[in-house]
Amino acid sequence: MELDPLILSRIQFAFVVSFHAIFPVFTIGLASYIAVLEGLAFKTRNPVWITLSAFWTKVFAVVFGMGVVSGIVMSFQFGTNWSNFSQASANFLGPILSYEVITAFFLEAAFLGVLLFGRNKVPPGVHLFAAIMVAAGTFISSFWILSANSWMQTPAGTELRDGIFHVTSWSEAIFNPSFPYRFLHMAMASFLTGGFVVAGVSAWYLLKGREVEANRKALSMCLWLLLFIAPAQLVIGDFHGLNTMEHQPAKVAAMEGNWETSSNVPLLLFAIPDQENQTNHWELGIPSMASMILTHEWDGIVPGLNEVAIEDQPPVGIVFWSFRIMVGMGILMILFALTGLFLRPKGKLYETRWFLQGMRFMSISPFIAVLTGWFVTEVGRAPWLVYGIMRHSESVTPSLTGGMALFTLIGYVVVYALVFASGVYYLMRVLYVGLENDDEDETDSAERPARPISAAHVPFEYDNHGRIEPADNGGQ
Amino acid sequence: MELFDLALIWAFIIGFGIIMYVLMDGFDLGVGILFPFAPSEDDRDVMMNSVAPVWDGNETWLVLGGAGLLAAFPMVYSIFLPALYIGVFLLLAGLIFRGVAFEFRFKANTSRYLWNWAFAGGSTVAAFAQGVVVGAYIQGFETANGVYVGGALDWLTPFTVLTGLGLLAGYALLGSTWLILKTEGRLQEWAYRITTPLLIAVLVVFAIISAWTPFVDEMVSERWFSNLSVIWILPVLTLLCALQIWRSVRNRSEGMPFVATMGLFITTYLGLIVSRWPYVVPPEYTLWDAASAYESQLFLLLGLLFVIPIVLAYTAWTYWVFRGKVRAGEGYH
Repeated sequence: MELDPLILSRIQFAFVVSFHAIFPVFTIGLASYIAVLEGLAFKTRNPVWITLSAFWTKVFAVVFGMGVVSGIVMSFQFGTNWSNFSQASANFLGPILSYEVITAFFLEAAFLGVLLFGRNKVPPGVHLFAAIMVAAGTFISSFWILSANSWMQTPAGTELRDGIFHVTSWSEAIFNPSFPYRFLHMAMASFLTGGFVVAGVSAWYLLKGREVEANRKALSMCLWLLLFIAPAQLVIGDFHGLNTMEHQPAKVAAMEGNWETSSNVPLLLFAIPDQENQTNHWELGIPSMASMILTHEWDGIVPGLNEVAIEDQPPVGIVFWSFRIMVGMGILMILFALTGLFLRPKGKLYETRWFLQGMRFMSISPFIAVLTGWFVTEVGRAPWLVYGIMRHSESVTPSLTGGMALFTLIGYVVVYALVFASGVYYLMRVLYVGLENDDEDETDSAERPARPISAAHVPFEYDNHGRIEPADNGGQ
Repeated sequence: MELFDLALIWAFIIGFGIIMYVLMDGFDLGVGILFPFAPSEDDRDVMMNSVAPVWDGNETWLVLGGAGLLAAFPMVYSIFLPALYIGVFLLLAGLIFRGVAFEFRFKANTSRYLWNWAFAGGSTVAAFAQGVVVGAYIQGFETANGVYVGGALDWLTPFTVLTGLGLLAGYALLGSTWLILKTEGRLQEWAYRITTPLLIAVLVVFAIISAWTPFVDEMVSERWFSNLSVIWILPVLTLLCALQIWRSVRNRSEGMPFVATMGLFITTYLGLIVSRWPYVVPPEYTLWDAASAYESQLFLLLGLLFVIPIVLAYTAWTYWVFRGKVRAGEGYH
């Protein structure tokens, strides 16, 4: 079989960006949670908030560090594998991505160090301010990235001259039609991720009876938050879908597995899409429901895949099933948030073991939802890289051979597997050591904002008896 | 017409960013290159601590360089990266291993030797790859209509291997003079001892590269030899810097070797620039050919003018806070 540099580049980009995305999506939500904890600590002076904030700041530091390391690769991927796309879109994407670097760097440089190491060195108000600024910084960063991505989905404010995009209106290009929906959807996804991870870890500590007071507080506040934002995400997602139907009908058709434009389109719960024969097998659906969701009328007309030529259709199976997994996760999240509400009276929330176990497993659900959601929107854009204007095949680096692409694909998989393994392993160590060991006072001068992981004082290995010991800050 | 030649302004900004990166990440990569040869494990702790507070900030210049290049000179970005495809991968993999090693070595006990190797190996590969980029730039790129059309391994020639080794030696020299500045006792003594041999290695490689370069490209040889011009002051200054390093090591001066090494890098860098000016993608395209649209360069410049002073002030402040000697037992560990 001939190695296709286009397919391999797409796999490589998907791999690198998926691997990277799981870190920021968590840190964005967690940064806001830490800012809330700092605010509560500042207002009530209750040390439990400080214990929680100190612990989650440690986790934040490790995850943030992983995100930075995996992110370095991203700023070079466009050039190595998609040089024609880089050349064509640089007038818009270059400044936007650069703004992401300089604004994120500015905030990181100024405030992350204060948040991680400054609790005893600056007044509490300044520390709180630093926490808020770090949270703001994560949002500013995602603002630019999602603007760039949305522009590729729904290009606006630019015109193509001699194969190069020129910006005619910065505001139209930055605030392009799908940007507000995508930004809100993603921001909410980050909150859900932060919420479910904190709730899941707190539930796990409660199951083990560790630091009960703090973890009850954490679980309770997360469940209140999730009770509102899990359903809100469904509504935002619905609006995002309507926006997509207006601008990228083929994507919606693939999400619904709808081959023919028609009215009374069923909502398919299960189907095996068959792209070759342009039909589905084993369909199981709710009659007219897709029409209702997408047009808010039972007999509304939903666009089908037959509107575009077969070679312009996205791979239906991936989009169809990714969408179902994402929505399934969303519904599970809502159910768990509601269950939490029903268990609240008489404090059963903290003692119901099956619920706590469930919450523990639910901590991975947002990551699955985020990744499948990105598969829907990115694969659903295919075969376009800039929707309706520039195809994947026109964008790939012309000099790239299949062998080169395969070499780096394997290389990145190996490098990331090693980095990921060490990172997750170390994160687990931090979680095992837990909230009880708060050695905040022992920070020293080698700790710096630019070295986020140094904020976590946990040795890399178990001690030689294989027991889990609290971190020994003195090292060896 | 446009009021300013923004492409020229951006060439200065990117040029400034590159030398900032080379000088700052250079010495901490150099410390990584020298890492396996250190006298003892305690000395390795001190070496790592001497760069721990600053290395990550240094690498941010690289990320900014990548994004800035895409914004200001997209043609450079979209020709260099495909042409150096495998090399870029090695560079990034090296930097990743090195970065992770930095963080986890301090937390590790029994697995420490693994992180030592990741740190040294990552630094060495990254430094070599950067030197290869310089060589590939001097060599020039095979292009058609602004697109790279050469092969996967065009960048790997005897000449670029030599420039790779040259930068490896140069960074090691920056590293050893940095250690003279930042450490004391046995480790400093060791750094003094290795600096002179490293300097000789650097000068030998630089001399071969300088003699070879005119044969690699005609334009370069014309620029240097067609008529004796003022640019010859640069190699003279480079040699004066080398002399200064040698003398200051003999006199056991602590700060001067590092300062003179920076001087050596800056004059060599300027020499490289005048060899090729104004071509940024030799042999075909000048910086004006490679520039992005005026409005795009302007849009980013406005933001950058606001942020860069803050970044520089912050960087200076960091070095100020962590000034002075690094001793064993201080810092992490």
